[in-house]
Amino acid sequence: MKVKSRVLDHTGFERSLTRLAHEILEKNRGSESIVIVGIVTRGEHLARRLAAKIQDIEHRELRIGFIDITLYRDDLRGKPTQPILRGTDIHFDITDKNVILVDDVLYTGRTVRAALDELVDLGRPATIQLAVLVDRGHRELPIRADYVGKNIPTSRNEEVRVMMSETDGEDAVLLLESEGGDA
Amino acid sequence: MPLSSRHLLGLRDVPRGDIQEILDTAASFREVLERPIKKVPTLQGKTIVNLFYESSTRTRISFDLAERRLSADVVHFTSDTSSVKKGETLRDTARNLEAMKIDMIVVRHSAAGAAKFLSEVVSASVVNAGDGAHEHPTQALLDMYTLREKFGSLEGLKVCILGDIAHSRVARSNIHGLLTMGAKVSVCGPRTLIPREIGSMGVEVFDHVEEAIRDADAVNVLRIQLERMERAYFPSIREYHALYGLTEDRLRKAKSHTVVLHPGPINRDVELSADVADGERSLILRQVLNGVAVRMAVLYLIGTGT
Repeated sequence: MKVKSRVLDHTGFERSLTRLAHEILEKNRGSESIVIVGIVTRGEHLARRLAAKIQDIEHRELRIGFIDITLYRDDLRGKPTQPILRGTDIHFDITDKNVILVDDVLYTGRTVRAALDELVDLGRPATIQLAVLVDRGHRELPIRADYVGKNIPTSRNEEVRVMMSETDGEDAVLLLESEGGDA
Repeated sequence: MPLSSRHLLGLRDVPRGDIQEILDTAASFREVLERPIKKVPTLQGKTIVNLFYESSTRTRISFDLAERRLSADVVHFTSDTSSVKKGETLRDTARNLEAMKIDMIVVRHSAAGAAKFLSEVVSASVVNAGDGAHEHPTQALLDMYTLREKFGSLEGLKVCILGDIAHSRVARSNIHGLLTMGAKVSVCGPRTLIPREIGSMGVEVFDHVEEAIRDADAVNVLRIQLERMERAYFPSIREYHALYGLTEDRLRKAKSHTVVLHPGPINRDVELSADVADGERSLILRQVLNGVAVRMAVLYLIGTGT
């Protein structure tokens, strides 16, 4: 894979997150009823960042949890490599809360489907709202995001990589394409 | 990371990485057991047969719950209500079950090596739920999980296994697993119930309980298996309790943090006194709870790892 373009740099990344935070607060009329749930592993740091932004604006603690959808995947059979189970870590009751589900990239929608199924097994939230940094299209299920940092039209042989300073040393969103354009 | 084998027959040749993976995975399933809906769809569409040729309450229910909580389809087979009564062999029973398209077999049998034999004649994955006096790997894994949960790590942990070592598959599996994970293992019991080859396993042998538990972080008390004793290995139950029973008095001389495990079912006031079984040091009910999570981890790792 080689880098085709840099879609967001640090400043753009920050602006997108700030806007997402404000949109979430506007729609939910503040942060009182909301809890943040990040999908591990790529949505985990994003969820922390988003929660920090919302807390900066609202000056109150937000509850944040993490969901590992491995046990709910629809492709566990026939997968050559077994995914590592990291475990779900949500230490509060999500019943009657507005759950903000956070992931980095929305693509086929299958991860979000799994997360929705797992969330309803954990409790009965008032609403589940989806926040993603990038929507790259190609949905295979009837799922859409409530909050989108950036829409990036892509082809299927491209890849969107969200880099974060916590894990990759910098904040950026890159569009990669496979070399020689195969696939 | 997938396990290195698609069967779990014993812990003897299971590498450290696999045990680590099973224990880590079990931690995720412990979380699932705390949920309002204690069920995940992971093994949907898989069929598991529980093939029990020997009576069992705890292990059978624990496997059954683990399987159902992973959404597998479960079939039970117990030898006293089946064609075994009509003289069918283990091989024929297994092959017939397999013709019905099953994915995994959980087997308990009174013959050592039954699980291994089964894994050679069927294409389904086999999990050993106890074969004779040979191994009972999931029991040892849940014991190790419980110890790791309590102490954080098994490395350097001193574990004393007390009782009938010779007839105990729980002891054998625990010794293999604990040594692989870097724990120090000792055994204590009447010499008639300590196998001769124990020294070559890298295990210390004690004759007196007081001595055996003095430095131990954990004492795993085994059940006196009266049904497996075709001859007398000790004079009487009363004498066994007097010499080897784990009592509050004896425990007072151990370290203050020493914990007590028992694979169940307990013979109260035989291998351990009732006040120890119900006391603060006892992790016995914790073991039962963790058992479901550990079995879910094993079934998940074997059932989805191709």
